[in-house]
Parts: sequence; C-alpha cells; structure tokens
Amino acid sequence: MMNTDFNQVRGRIFDIQRYSIHDGPGIRTIVFLKGCFLRCRWCCNPESQEFAIQQLTMNGSTKTVGRDVTVGEVMQDVLKDMKYYQRSGGGLTLSGGECLGQPEFAAALLEAAHYWGINTAIESTACAPYESIQKLMPHLDLYMLDIKHMNSEKHRAFTGVPNERILENARRIATSRDCELIIRVPVVPTFNDTPEEIQAIAEFAATLSGVRQLHLLPYHRLGQDKYEGLGREYTLAHLEPPTNEHMQELKEAAEAVCRLAVQIGG
Amino acid sequence: MNHYYSEDIAKSPRIQKLIDHLYAKMPVVEADRAVLLTESYKETEGEPMIIRRAKAFDHICRNIPIIIRPDELIVGSSSQAPRGCQVFPEFSFEWLESEFETMEHRSADPFYIADETKKTLHEVYKYWKGRTTSELATAYMAPEALLAMEHNIFTPGNYFYNGVGHVTVCYGRIATEGLESIKAQAAEALAKCNPGDGDYAKRSRFLQAVIISCEAACIYAERYAALARTEAAATADPVRKDELLKIAENCDRVPRQGARSFYEACQSFWFIQQLLQLESSGHSISPGRFDQYMYPFYKSDLDKGLITREFAQELMDCIWVKLNDLNKIRDAASAEGFAGYSLFQNLIAGGQTTEGLDATNDLSFMSIQAAMHVMLPQPSFSVRVWNGTPHEFLMKAAELTRTGIGLPAYYNDEVIIPSLISRGLTLEDARDYNIIGCVEPQKSGKTEGWHDAAFFNMCRPLELVFSNGMDKGVQVGPKTGDVTQMKTFDEFYDAYKAQMNYFIALLVNADNAIDQAHAERCPLPFLSGMIEDCIGRGKSVQEGGAIYNFTGPQGFGIANMADSLYAVKTLVFDEKKISMADLKAALENNFGKIRTPEEAQEIITGLAKALAADGVVLTEEQIRTMYTTARTGGMPEEDRLKYEAIRSMLENVPKFGNDIAEVDAFARDVAYTYTRPLLQYKNPRGGMYQAGLYPVSANVPLGAQTGATPDGRYAGTPVADGVSPSAGYDTNGPTASANSVSRLDHFIASNGTLYNMKFHPSALAGREGLSNFVSLIRSYFDQKGSHMQFNVVSRETLLDAQKNPDKYRSLVVRVAGYSALFTTLSRSLQDDIIRRTEQVSM
Repeated sequence: MMNTDFNQVRGRIFDIQRYSIHDGPGIRTIVFLKGCFLRCRWCCNPESQEFAIQQLTMNGSTKTVGRDVTVGEVMQDVLKDMKYYQRSGGGLTLSGGECLGQPEFAAALLEAAHYWGINTAIESTACAPYESIQKLMPHLDLYMLDIKHMNSEKHRAFTGVPNERILENARRIATSRDCELIIRVPVVPTFNDTPEEIQAIAEFAATLSGVRQLHLLPYHRLGQDKYEGLGREYTLAHLEPPTNEHMQELKEAAEAVCRLAVQIGG
Repeated sequence: MNHYYSEDIAKSPRIQKLIDHLYAKMPVVEADRAVLLTESYKETEGEPMIIRRAKAFDHICRNIPIIIRPDELIVGSSSQAPRGCQVFPEFSFEWLESEFETMEHRSADPFYIADETKKTLHEVYKYWKGRTTSELATAYMAPEALLAMEHNIFTPGNYFYNGVGHVTVCYGRIATEGLESIKAQAAEALAKCNPGDGDYAKRSRFLQAVIISCEAACIYAERYAALARTEAAATADPVRKDELLKIAENCDRVPRQGARSFYEACQSFWFIQQLLQLESSGHSISPGRFDQYMYPFYKSDLDKGLITREFAQELMDCIWVKLNDLNKIRDAASAEGFAGYSLFQNLIAGGQTTEGLDATNDLSFMSIQAAMHVMLPQPSFSVRVWNGTPHEFLMKAAELTRTGIGLPAYYNDEVIIPSLISRGLTLEDARDYNIIGCVEPQKSGKTEGWHDAAFFNMCRPLELVFSNGMDKGVQVGPKTGDVTQMKTFDEFYDAYKAQMNYFIALLVNADNAIDQAHAERCPLPFLSGMIEDCIGRGKSVQEGGAIYNFTGPQGFGIANMADSLYAVKTLVFDEKKISMADLKAALENNFGKIRTPEEAQEIITGLAKALAADGVVLTEEQIRTMYTTARTGGMPEEDRLKYEAIRSMLENVPKFGNDIAEVDAFARDVAYTYTRPLLQYKNPRGGMYQAGLYPVSANVPLGAQTGATPDGRYAGTPVADGVSPSAGYDTNGPTASANSVSRLDHFIASNGTLYNMKFHPSALAGREGLSNFVSLIRSYFDQKGSHMQFNVVSRETLLDAQKNPDKYRSLVVRVAGYSALFTTLSRSLQDDIIRRTEQVSM
C-alpha cells in the first residue's frame, strides 16, 4: 500500500477550471492557487494575488474568492476528467497566483496526480526560494515559466519585483534537467512588446539547456471587470491587445535570434 | 500500414457553378407528379393497391418532365426548377391547399407557387378527398389518442401527413447487378407462385408490382440518355458535347445493368436516390455507407488507370450538390420543426467492416473533402468512430467541424453495435450499420425502421400530474390524484410514471394506425424491391416485408424532467422549503412572469382603438389602470414576488449537465420512464418499438406549447435539446457536461440519442486544437455516449448572446490561463471576444 498522506495536505485555491486546452499539452484541469509574489499590472486574475480570502462583486452579486481545501478534495474534481487526460495526453496544471507560495500543498497535489498516473505541469513565475521549487520537482513533468522582461528595473516597475531571482532560478531549473521547461512571455503593449525586448528574452531562453519552446502570449484585458469587482483600479485600461500582425512580427523577431520553436499562444 | 489516401484534393470550378445555379432562386412547387399520379389512379380504380402504386410510378417515370441542368455530370432532377419540389396528395393535401397563399412569405422554408400550379393542384385535389393515408389513419385511431394529440402530448406528424422514407436501400447491389437483377429475382419468385397458394393474390401482385416499377425506373433513365443526346447534338461547345455523350452512355447502362466504372456507379446511385423520393414523399432516404459500397468501383478504376482522384472527387462533389437539388414542402408548423429545407439524407463514412476491421478508405476522406467543397446542408454527413478509427481520419473530420457548418455528426460504434444486437440484428449486420435521418442507426437494405415515428414531449405528462390529468378543462390524462395531497416523492414520481405510461400507449395506438394506413393505401413497390426480404416474403415493406422492423418514436425534454423531478424531490419533499400548493400556483402563474411593457402597450393600444371606434374615450387614469392590469394579468404584486422567489430557489437546485453523479443518476432513471415502457409494444409489421431521445428542432415549437416546468423553465420557452443539458444550466464546461450526458443509458435508446455541443472556435485552433477536440469525442465515447455534434460558435451567435444572455449562460470562452462565461463579461470585453472569434475562424 502506497502512502497517501498527501491527500490530507491543506492549501488555498480560488478556482478549478476543467477542459483547459491552452495551458500545457492536451486537455487539462487547472487548479488556481491563491496568493502571488508579483503584482503584474496586466494580471487577468487579480483575485489571485492576495493570499487572503476576498469578496468579489460582479454583475450585482458578490462571491467569496478563495477556499481552503485538502489535496484529496481537489483530486476528486481532477479525477473526473481522467478519460480526457488519457486520450489527449493532458493532465493537471497548477496555476495561480503562484503555486510556489504554497510549496507543500503544491508538491502534494503533484504527488497525488502522479499517484493516479496524471501528467503534471505548473505555470509559475519562479519567483521564490529555489528550495520551494525543489520540493515540486520529484513530481513535476512540465514547468511553464514566465519571463517577462530582461531589464530588471522595468520588470520591477510593472510587476513589483526585480527579475534576478527569476532568471537565476530559470538557469537552475534548466541545469537540473528534472523536468521539461518551456519559457512563456506575456506580450504586453508599452511593457515588452518591441522586437528588441522580445529578442532579449528569446536570447536568454536559448541559453537555457533543454529549453526548446518559447510561447508568446498576447495580452488580453478579460480580467478588467474583476479589478472593479475587487474595488481596485485597472491601470492598463487604455491598452489595446496586440494585433495578430504585430504578434507575428514579434514571433519572427524571436526566431531570428534563437533556434527555439516559437509559438503564439499557449 | 495505411491503406488510404488522405491528402486534400482541389475543388473543380464546375462545383461552384452547379451550386450557384442551384441557389439562384427561391424553390418552386410543381404539380406534374400530382397530375400524373391522379391520372393513373383514375384509370386503375378497382385494381389491387400495390399494382395501382406500380402503375402510377410507371406513368410518372414515363411522363414527368426531365431536365439536365447546366454543367451537370450526374443527371436526374425531380423538378424543372432547381431545388423545386413535387407534391404527394396520396398522403395528405388539405394543409397544402390552405397554405397556397402564405408559403411564399413564411419565415421557415418558403416556397414559390405559381397561380397556374395552384389551379392545377386545386383540380387534382378534388380526387383525393377521402383517399389519403392520413384520413385512413385518423379513422383507425382511438379517440383518446386523437385527444392526446389535440392537447400536444405527442405528435406523430411526420408520417401522419407524409410518406415514411427513413430507409437505406441496397445501392451497392444495384450498382453492381442493376435493377434487372431485382426484376429477375421477382420474376423467379413469381414463377414459383402457385395459383392454389393461400397468399397467391397478394404475393403475385406484389411481385408484378416490383417488376413494373423497376422497369419504370430504367425507362426514366433511358429518357435521360435520349435527352443528353439531343442536347449534345444541339451544343456548340465540344467539351460539353463530349460530357453529354458520356452522360447518355451512362444512362443507357444504369440503373438497368450493373455499372462498369465508378462514374456509372455514381449515376446508378443517383437515379435510385432520386426515384425513391419520387415514389414517396418520405424524407431521410439515406445513402448510408457510400464510401463502402462505392469503393470497389473506385479502386478498380484507379488500379486500371481509368480515373484520377481529382475526377472521382469531382463526381462525388456533383452528387453532394445533387443531394441538395431534391426538396420537399412541409406544412408551416413542421417546416419550423425541420427548418432548413432539410431532407436528412444521411451519408456516413468510416467505421468497421462486417468482419470488425477498420473500414476507412480513400472515399471516407473524399467524403469529408466533398462536404468541405460544397459547404451545403445535404447530405447530412456523419462519421463512425470506434477504437480502431485512424486518428488522421478524425482530424480531417474535425477540420470540417471547425468550418462551423455543423457537420459531421460523430457516432460511436462501441455503443451502437451492441445496442443493435440487443434488438435482434446479427453481429455482421450490426457492424454494417449506417445512420438514417438525424441519428437513427439501422442495417441498410434490410430494415423498415419507422425511425421518425413521433415526438413525445416528456414535460406535458408532468403538467398533468399537477392538474390531476386535466388540460384546458378537459380530462386528457388519468386521474393520478390531488398533487397537493401527495406525501412522498415516490408517490409523486409514480403519478408521473402513470401519466407517462398512459400516453405512451396512446402514442403506440396513433403510430400503429398510421402504419396500417400506409400498408393499405401507400405500399411502395419500387422501394420494396430493394429491401430484403420483401421479394422472398411476397410483401411490401409497409406490410412487413423487411427483415428488421421497428417503430422509433422520440422522447424529448429529458434534461427538463430530470431537473424538474430532482427539484421537486429536493425542495418539496426532502428539504420541505416549498409547499406543493405553492409550487403548483407558481407553475400555473408562470413564476410570476409578467408581460413586457411593449406587449402591454400593444394590448392597450388595440383596446383603446376598438373603444374609440365605438365612441368611448378613455381617461388617462383609466389607461394607467388598464396598463397595469395588462402587464400583470391582475396578479397581486405580493404573489408575483413569491412566485419569482420560488423560481429562484428551483434554479439553484443542482442541475443535470454539471458532472454531479447523484443528479445524473436521477436523469438516467427519468429517461427510463420513456425508454422502458415502449419496449413492450409491437407494430403491425411484427416489429418492436424502440425509443430515440432527440427532438430535431421540435424542442422549440413544441416547447411553445408547454407550460412552466419545475426546473425553472418559463412557459412557452424551448425544451432542452436532445439529451443535452438545458441551455444555460451546464456551467462546468464541456467535459463536465459530456460526463453527465454519458451517464444516461444510451444503449436502451437504440433509435438514437442526440448530443449537441457549442464551441468557441479558439478551442479548435491549430493542429493541437483539433487533436484535443478529437480527444474530447473519444473520451465521451469511451464513457459510452452514442452521438455528438458541434456548433462552432460564430460571430452571429455571440452577437445573439449579447442580446439574449439567458439562452447562452453556459457559453464558455477560453484563452490561455483564463476562461469566462461569455454572458458575465461586460459589453466591451464581449466585443473583444467577438473580435477574437473573427480572427480564429479565418
């Protein structure tokens, strides 16, 4: 009998989304963990940032965002789409917020998924002590790591934190070869949407051993309503999402400086 | 490994020309067939009906005007006008005459009818009074059944007023052996008939009728050969001249003889397909496994170097276009139920051989290609899916889905084959199934399935539980007791089952009466020659000549009834939060829903005008009072709020479609209240009843006749579609919804189930999107779902969702790391999504 104590580990999530098809291979279930170290101004899930449970008012009704659950409870939902994972090569993706904010819980979720033979992935900023990352590694198949900007000052201006630790962790994860690593870039107008800025990230990504893919995720403002719902101001209200043509241009710019497979969208 | 060619093949310029010609004008009603039929009937008074039918068919085939349309390679048109239709007074005619003046301007499927045609048909119709199948059927029905129909519990409308259709004949055998082989078989059986045999009269006349009608079909084809030669002589275009001479050669040969090439086989197929629909007005005459029975001809030509893939594709495309040339006029109400001029000629690709091996071949891929080339509603295109289906094949099918045309429908061999075996088919026949019409599986060339026998509205019996069997002041159903006195949920559920059982028996009564009327007044000798074992048994399919006989009436409203009964159980009996009396009042008052200001205004304006005409002038005060009454129907505000509160409680009870095992198990049981009782009944052809669970588009018009239901559905709004969850109630995404639907028993509903899913095109973007989409189908099928079809949401749909958010509450849009229910987004964000839709669907 395998030890299944991981089922008892508790953590805080704010959503579980089934049939996700742009967040790792195949058909996946995303568990959104609450709390993040960054405060990206374009964040489409602003309710994910605070670890505290919050109230969100939308369309006249108020709902509580965030609940404390055990890994076992989460897995009940995750297991419902087992057939879809098997057929599509999909699985479980942890997103957030930042799953490294709750490393024990995240590690237990990944372990539980592996116990059931489910592929695992995380979408993460890697902005955490490397020890937290190491906790997840034994049961992590795919790390989708966001690199937002190579200039630390600008990074801090738009996300609230500098980028040194993120870049250092990216190198260590790549070197460890413990899991597959994909670099993803949220392409945000006025922040990082020039060919030069994207090329700088692409060049960095190309130095990471084992990395083969670079995903450029076009900014969208679908989270805008939620800022208001949380009583916050959305500071990027004036931004237009990048056009298809511009995304294509950036893709070509990235391809010009690296040999990674560059794709638009996750 | 792969024994098929799966690459794209280009579209010939001819195809678009054919399509443009076909759709240049509104379809027209033509009288030729009705006139010829009536002439023949007048000459054959007193003869056996089967002979009269054969002679009438012969008279039509010899004399109906024929036409070769510009650029056609496959010929045979039932009407002079493109997409025109003939009419069939032997089934019913009164509705048509009464709609002469409105059919051109009606919203669903309008038709043009010339004044001359109206006059001609008016004369023809004088003969038919008292001679139609619908009149005889009515005479055979029990009065209770007629009453139930009058009160909209069920409607057997389709076969009550039209031919049956819903059949697939042995196209492959005709292509191979020709109609001469059917004639020879009938002649041989006739020679064996002994005048002293007890069944000599019926048997011998039937066999003669088969011979007459097969010969008539051959003569019809030969008229086309002559016409093609005449046109060839007249044309100055040398290319077209050669084409016409080739057409003439084909029509000399088929369908009388076996085809010697793929081209001849295509022409043979077409004449059979067309003439079946000239013999009777039944729709859903389904080509079935075209990729299987046509393959030997294609393969042989290809191996010998006699044909290119491009030309084979062009011929198939021509057939795909021709399937849209056939048309049928329905009465205004049915036209809404079957909207889209659809004849439901279902053509299916892929699946297994009779030996259980993968059947995918070049033509399976080329069938998908043809659908992409023509982008027309016909044929109703389907694909079979099983564990051995090549991924590549489903990827190509998914590409077709992505176009947003709503094709193909996907069918699960792993459910359908065992389900058919449980209904008495042999293993080999079950493996060789195809789909008829919408979703109905059967074995071609052996089955009279009566697959579209009726629509049964499962919501209406529940209304009668609340009214103790009364409807509009009439005792329509059994007295199942005062609902407010029921002490347990079981008592309530038993009352529902009692109402169901009562009306299911009446449905059977109505269907059997219609069945009997068709056997007596419209046996079909041409069709019967191509269905085993009519010749052996010496009787038509209408009289039980087929090997497999079924009657398949459809139940719909599963989701509404599952949600309704579950809500009653939870709120009235388990939690006791609503009293039965309050629920009853809330339902009767449509949850306190009042008229919109516009509706009220209209009533007041009308009233004020009428009074003004009488010289009465209203004061402003009076008008205000009347307006309030018009809006509320006199319902006190206090009551209205109470009913609204009840609805909101009902809405918050967990619903089918959200992957909640307990609710889904409940839905499975509710579906049994329809599917199980049916199995005990027999039809006059000696076959059994089997349920289907789908409404075509009847859930909308029949929902309009249905009162409020305890799932929170307002009176008059559409009932749930097929086995799909109620629109807007499945809010956990496609996998949750599919898991719920898969928990219904799809095996017992052996006449087919229909599951409709909506997708935003971003879900199918790129090769990965297609692959995930295919996985979704596979996973639903792994869980023993039977059928799936998809609407890829268009820009128009999203615009409609902005206007009518209630209809689209479960519409999810997804981008990386984010998903949202479309209708909860603010207007400007919805506009963003709409812009994205335009991008992805390019």
